[in-house]
Amino acid sequence: MGAFKDMTKSNLIEILSAKQPLLNDRDVELAVRQIIKQISESLSIGMRIEIRDFGSFTLHHRPPRVGRNPKSGESVHLDEKFVPYFKPGKGLRDRVNHAARLLK
Amino acid sequence: MSLTKADMIVQLYDKLGLNKRKAKELVEMFFEEICAALEIGEQVKLSGFGNFELRDKVERPGRNPKTGQKIIIAARRVVTFRPGQKLRSEVDSHVKR
Repeated sequence: MGAFKDMTKSNLIEILSAKQPLLNDRDVELAVRQIIKQISESLSIGMRIEIRDFGSFTLHHRPPRVGRNPKSGESVHLDEKFVPYFKPGKGLRDRVNHAARLLK
Repeated sequence: MSLTKADMIVQLYDKLGLNKRKAKELVEMFFEEICAALEIGEQVKLSGFGNFELRDKVERPGRNPKTGQKIIIAARRVVTFRPGQKLRSEVDSHVKR
């Protein structure tokens, strides 16, 4: 997995700022934070997010289970929980896979 | 009911006072630049939210579940999302109530 480079949130803000010369950098940064916040808040109330060609975010349910404390080996009861799940859309899947083939 | 780009555009307009055209451009570009990075083999790490990671899958034998016919599933690159600790705990604490 170490073969891939990373793009961080600040890289993303820089790219968008460069492409939006009429907006000041602060507004671009606030917009990026706002979009991420809105996605997080929607997921938190169980609302699905659907972006065509990018993908969708939903919650997956994890039933309660008995786990173990790896240090002591003791059994612990773990409550049911919900975890965020992202399913890439067709556009994103195809772009990533197609590009990977061309690079080989 | 699901959250869409249209809802995000309205929020940028309401909360940040961006004009509707700029709000639309930013929302479109936000998702486009994430896709573009993944496309050129960059993983996207949005701190506090989560990471979009890439995995290269090797070719493997499989079956068509309908016909039972043997097929080769070609090598491919896939995107996975690993939610960050902050998002996980936000989701878990809200949904439980």
